[in-house]
Amino acid sequence: MKFEHKLYLGLGAFFAVIVAIYWFWSGESGGSTLLLASALLGLVPGAYLGWWAMRMKPRPEDLEDPTSEESTGVVGAFPTYTIWPFVMGMGAFMIGLAMVFGSWTLVIGFALAISAAISVTLESKRGGTV
Amino acid sequence: MMLYLFAGPFAFGGFANYLIPLQIGAPDMAFPRLNALSYWLYLTGGITMLLGFFTASGAAAFGWVGYAPLSSSTNSPGAGPDLWIVSIALVGFSGIFTGVNLITTIFYLRAPGMTMFRMPIFTWNMLVTGLLILIAFPVLTAALIMLYADRHFGTHVFSVKGGGSPVLWQNLFWFFGHPEVYILALPFFGMVSEIFPVFSKKPIFGYKGLVFATLAIAGLSTGVWAHHMFTTGTVLLPFFSALSLLIAVPTGIKIFTWIGTMWGGQLDFKAPLTWAVGFIVAFTMGGITGVFLASPPIDFATHDTYFVVAHFHQVLIGTTIFAGFAGFFFWYPKLTGRMYREKLAKLQFWLVFIGFNLTFLPQYLLGLRGMPRRIAVYATTDHFTFLNRLSTAGAYLTAIGFVVFLINMWVSWRSPIKAPDNPWDGHSLEWATSSPPPSHNFHKVPPIRSTRPTWDMNHPEHADGRVMTAAELSREVLD
Repeated sequence: MKFEHKLYLGLGAFFAVIVAIYWFWSGESGGSTLLLASALLGLVPGAYLGWWAMRMKPRPEDLEDPTSEESTGVVGAFPTYTIWPFVMGMGAFMIGLAMVFGSWTLVIGFALAISAAISVTLESKRGGTV
Repeated sequence: MMLYLFAGPFAFGGFANYLIPLQIGAPDMAFPRLNALSYWLYLTGGITMLLGFFTASGAAAFGWVGYAPLSSSTNSPGAGPDLWIVSIALVGFSGIFTGVNLITTIFYLRAPGMTMFRMPIFTWNMLVTGLLILIAFPVLTAALIMLYADRHFGTHVFSVKGGGSPVLWQNLFWFFGHPEVYILALPFFGMVSEIFPVFSKKPIFGYKGLVFATLAIAGLSTGVWAHHMFTTGTVLLPFFSALSLLIAVPTGIKIFTWIGTMWGGQLDFKAPLTWAVGFIVAFTMGGITGVFLASPPIDFATHDTYFVVAHFHQVLIGTTIFAGFAGFFFWYPKLTGRMYREKLAKLQFWLVFIGFNLTFLPQYLLGLRGMPRRIAVYATTDHFTFLNRLSTAGAYLTAIGFVVFLINMWVSWRSPIKAPDNPWDGHSLEWATSSPPPSHNFHKVPPIRSTRPTWDMNHPEHADGRVMTAAELSREVLD
């Protein structure tokens, strides 16, 4: 966790330096804003990961030589097959087409996307297919 | 279209989602459902873009950069450009989701003992690609929304009439566009970085140097966007020129590392290594001409000539095609459990290699003689004819190479030769599982004590890391 934290902070610090140079040299606002946003994109998650790194023991994947006791345990829960990402994708497609051709597909699109979002959340909550 | 729909997704969508969990010893990607959504968005985005060809006014005709004011509703009316905007937005979201997924998987799902500095280089490159996607793609999406608003709601973000600035589009677009080039290239750099050590029977030369070079590329590439806009006259020349030249340094480190890995190794010229060497040749040529272009005086002279076209295609095709086929042949046995035919793969290599150089080297000369890009007609008095014919012949030769590839796949499909689990004596974790891998990838992850866990397991006498004692190993098996 320590290194992930340093990685993000380093990236953020680099952009902070670049944006400082760029702003004082050119005074151009568009590019400076973008670079500033990039700097924050590095610094904010970096700080968050650091906050966690202070509070937890190194995980087995952070250790150079973990023992087998440290290595056991559940890796994570992986969901089974589900249809909802497909439904949500089609919803996004319909919304996209509505932006081009007119409004009526917008209704279908939003209906699909919202119902998919609700369903997929409920499904994970119950821990099985709905 | 070539850029958005083929080159990027091929690497980070297909290869990465399959290989990253295998390489770090994880059962799956962190968010499998997000991944599925990302795939469907990519597919519908692609369909949307192709729909443009069926509309009355035709597809968007402003190329992949969509410069304002060419893309405004007056200059390109109709549904085609709107479809283009929507499709890029969809594909962009698909890319962002993949980026999030990659970073999370690499940060949280590594196998025990797989520290950050033991990850395979391909995984490292995908991590950096994920970071770049998160920096670049949202900017593009924002720019597209502004463009859409300009076209439909009468805002004037990019039009001079209402106090907007067309150059702002260029700024926003290239802030995405340049990292995008590296988003495309980095996965392929990662692939060849896996191939060189395996076929040289050596660990990779300068592992940490390679990692930091990759990170440096990520940082610098975000800072160089405006070098595509030197000729607009509104950008800070020295700043961008310096950064563009700087980016050659980490790239040079990479090429040096690859050659250093092969140096003194027991080279085994199977098809993946052959393609990877072809990649170094093509990429070095393309890269050096890129250094020329970073210098404003030369850029002013060659802007929008065939020199730029040749540079661009040599870098992109050099990386995507050569490294892509290297990676494809390297992992094909792992993915399918079948071998390809070595001789056909070699034949394809030579056809494509000769054809490719024959296509693009004349274009450099054409560019230097002043042939403009995007204009296919020229007067015979310009003396462009011979070089153009040479270029066309090269393109046909490349096409024959691709036919050979299809034959190779067909032969491998109809009369399969079963692939062993570890056909190349590979180094990283994916070679420790069966070909093709079982559901959730591993029955048992070998102990990881170095950057080459599979090698350590198969060659304990030459292991890089600490070798497990028999007692420890038997306990691992019990787990």
